[in-house]
Amino acid sequence: MDWIVHRLWLIPATPLLAAGVSALLNHRRRRLAATLAIAAMATALVLSCLALAHAVEHPGQGSPVRQGVNFLWLHFGDPHASGTSLWLGWVLDPLAAAMLVMVSFVGLLIFIYSVGYMAHDENFARFFCFLSLFAAAMLGLVIANSLLLLFICWEVVGLTSYLLIGFWYQRPSAAAAAKKAFITTRIGDLALLLGMVWLYSQTGTLLFYDGGQGCLEPSALSRLAAQTTSLGIAVSTGIGLLIFCGAIGKSGQVPLHVWLPDAMEGPTPVSALIHAATMVAAGGFLVARVYPLMAAYPEGLKGVPGTLQVITWIGAITAFFAASIAVAQTDIKRILAYSTISQLGFMMLGLGAGGVAVGMFHLLTHAFFKSLLFLGAGSVIHGCAGEQDIRRMGGLRRFMPVTFATYAIGMLALSGFPLFFSGFWSKEEIFHYARGWISPWPLYLGVCAALLTAFYMARQVCYVFFGQSRAGVSPAPGAAGGQTGGPSHIAHESPGTMTLPLMVLALFSVVLGFIGTPVWPWFQGFLTGRSAVTEIGKLFEPDVLWLMALSSSIVFLGLGLGWWFYGRRPAMDAAEPDPLERLRPDVFALLRNKYFVDEAYEVSVIRLNAAWASACDWLDRRVWSGAVNLASWAVVGLGWLNRLVDEYVVNLGFDGSCRGLTEGGTRLSGLQSGRVQNYMRVIGVGLAVLVLLLIWGCHAG
Amino acid sequence: MTPLAAYLLLSALLFAIGLAGALTRRNAIIVLIGIELMLNGANLNFIAFWRFGPNPEALTGVVFVLFSIGVAAAEAAVGLALILSIYRHYRTTNLEQVDSLKG
Amino acid sequence: MTAPIAIIAVLTLAAAVTAMSLRNLVHCALMFMAALAGVAALYLGLGAQFVGFAQVLIYFGAVAILIVFAILLTRGTEPPREPILSKAWITGIAIAVVVFGVLSAMVLSSKALTREPGPTPQLPVHQLGAQLMTKYVLPLEVIGLLLTAALIGAVVIAMHDEEGG
Repeated sequence: MDWIVHRLWLIPATPLLAAGVSALLNHRRRRLAATLAIAAMATALVLSCLALAHAVEHPGQGSPVRQGVNFLWLHFGDPHASGTSLWLGWVLDPLAAAMLVMVSFVGLLIFIYSVGYMAHDENFARFFCFLSLFAAAMLGLVIANSLLLLFICWEVVGLTSYLLIGFWYQRPSAAAAAKKAFITTRIGDLALLLGMVWLYSQTGTLLFYDGGQGCLEPSALSRLAAQTTSLGIAVSTGIGLLIFCGAIGKSGQVPLHVWLPDAMEGPTPVSALIHAATMVAAGGFLVARVYPLMAAYPEGLKGVPGTLQVITWIGAITAFFAASIAVAQTDIKRILAYSTISQLGFMMLGLGAGGVAVGMFHLLTHAFFKSLLFLGAGSVIHGCAGEQDIRRMGGLRRFMPVTFATYAIGMLALSGFPLFFSGFWSKEEIFHYARGWISPWPLYLGVCAALLTAFYMARQVCYVFFGQSRAGVSPAPGAAGGQTGGPSHIAHESPGTMTLPLMVLALFSVVLGFIGTPVWPWFQGFLTGRSAVTEIGKLFEPDVLWLMALSSSIVFLGLGLGWWFYGRRPAMDAAEPDPLERLRPDVFALLRNKYFVDEAYEVSVIRLNAAWASACDWLDRRVWSGAVNLASWAVVGLGWLNRLVDEYVVNLGFDGSCRGLTEGGTRLSGLQSGRVQNYMRVIGVGLAVLVLLLIWGCHAG
Repeated sequence: MTPLAAYLLLSALLFAIGLAGALTRRNAIIVLIGIELMLNGANLNFIAFWRFGPNPEALTGVVFVLFSIGVAAAEAAVGLALILSIYRHYRTTNLEQVDSLKG
Repeated sequence: MTAPIAIIAVLTLAAAVTAMSLRNLVHCALMFMAALAGVAALYLGLGAQFVGFAQVLIYFGAVAILIVFAILLTRGTEPPREPILSKAWITGIAIAVVVFGVLSAMVLSSKALTREPGPTPQLPVHQLGAQLMTKYVLPLEVIGLLLTAALIGAVVIAMHDEEGG
């Protein structure tokens, strides 16, 4: 059964192959491209299920079983010296297996959905090519056993995100959003890269698990935790924080969350797959993957590592912050985007306060119900011919019953409706651990965020599905997003390729919660390598019961408030102001404008950047350009001087001496008359001179 | 004036006559004859020094003259062969017309 | 210097001057032979009998005959119509006079020549031969080699070149 461990690379390879082939295809071969992508994804799903089965069959004793294959990728420097090689590899452990199944399953459903959603798009084949590439990179990221391989896939995932956000690049807003997403996540990725380099310099390896030699194994971790940097924090904390910065960027945590709402410019399946279920959750997965490093703490000391504290705080703040913004948004997808940010904050909160299992459980349940919500929103948008403003929808319950039913299930799961929906169980787990944390504030923030979540979901559902249709009424001033669809267009139910995935996802949104209840915590046991014990009594422990009561009452309160404000008397007109706006216009404006974070960045970072750029430009034009010109003038002058020397000194000198030699030779050759008697005369003169010299010498001597 | 000085003046006169002939005549054969005369003048010097020198027993002057006569014979043979060859080539023995060594 | 020797000397000089100045080449050759004979006589007068006979033998028997044959072969028997002296004959004469002047000046100014002559030394031929075979054997061999080489060279140079014409 080790077959799957050695063939694990096939899982990302099949979508990659599909992407490569469809990139070479003629763009009119739409059916072939879609078939290829879906077949590759189905293959990946089958293999992932095999991998999951393998992981389930090999339960660990107290710690999860990890099996992997490592191979040498690059070798530089002295081949015999150690630490000068880069290894890549893949690992199969419960974490990877669970993520593999989730990614390939959700991916397959969204691929199928896309066939219906993108049916009228001109660049259908290109879309599937990008989606396949994304799936390949995401699956590769999941199985990576090396931070380097993970980083490579991480960047490819970022690239496909960029490509798909800007898929409708003819729209300037889409192109801008793609750029914004790419650049913002790049800030986090830079920190991740720095952390990776630091980690490599400290441990000499980037493999996670390598038979005791990996950087996440106890020997390396204790070494990292024991050292301190000049700032007084442990090396492991420093590296962990840098890696977490990557997760902040990718998972849209505060303060780098600004790209995710704008990323909704992409097609809705993209939003569902990349910006709700998988890629943004990759930040959570990264934290879960390097969790041993994050949790590393010097031996013999008690306390919470600094990295986990930061993760918890960031998560809690993000959860509340994004939920409060979602309350005031009007674009159906933007509400869901802020909801995603908020839920990612919950994941981080769970990871920081409760560990891998808590965060990952919420990640998985969220992946299903949030992609369900996005696909439902896509179905709504599809049915309303591109309309995205919830104020101009209304009454869709009657036209789109399947969408309504599944959307309602997703909404209840997201809100955490008690007992029957997966969101309840995963959120309850997070609260459970947050309650025992060193500070109570993350719990308070989380509870407030849960309240707001229930409220804004109720608001959204009321706006979209209840009341009367408000289409055809003039749009409200300052309406966010929204395409100018035909106002008189009558909403219709979406085709089967779109509703079928909705129903499957709805099913999983309900049942997935039951694998992680306090009664039967199978999933937590699976991830940590312990066997789960069924205890009905656990449900009635005062601790658990109290928390369940709290979160249930919060959900009911939020839903009730939402109904009170929006459902009781549905808005009749798209231009009608929001009930909350009438209540507190100032707060509502603040929320609608997303706390002015974008504007703050506009005046601070971007203006600073622009000022710096123009300063650089000035420096470039005036100073450097002047210096370069001066240098070039100097060179020109030197060349001129050189030419002078060449023409008047060298040439004239050489020419003159050559001419002199020629003339002298001519004159001398004139002496060579060829007459023997001339030579004899000279000899005679020479004889006379010699004799004279001799006489003179005798007299002198 | 001692006999030696007289013989030396005689040989110098003979040398000068030969030189004058060699420098002024056009015909190559006469030039060669002049050179032979100069050689004879020089030989006469050797004999005179032998006869009136401090140790006539050494025989150096006599042997030198014998060798010189031998060399003169060889020189005459080669020189006349050259003159014949030049004549065959230029159809003349006039040295004024033989100037192919001109630079 | 005795009178006969002075007469011989004057005759020799006269023959030499004539040999250098006659127009007819054959006459020149004859006068040259006369000058050679005079020199040989002077050798005898100086007591170098062997040298004198060697002079007669080699110059008369070899060199003079060669010259006569060369004159015949170059058609020098008929007197040339062009002038016998070269264009720059005045310089030639002047140089010869200068050379003679400096030589005689040197002879006359030399103090070593004032010594009185001793008795006529004996020159036994067997002693000369013994010296040639012992003390001067190397120069003798070299002269022999030189003569052989010169002979072969002369033959090669004068050989009629059939192809070259």
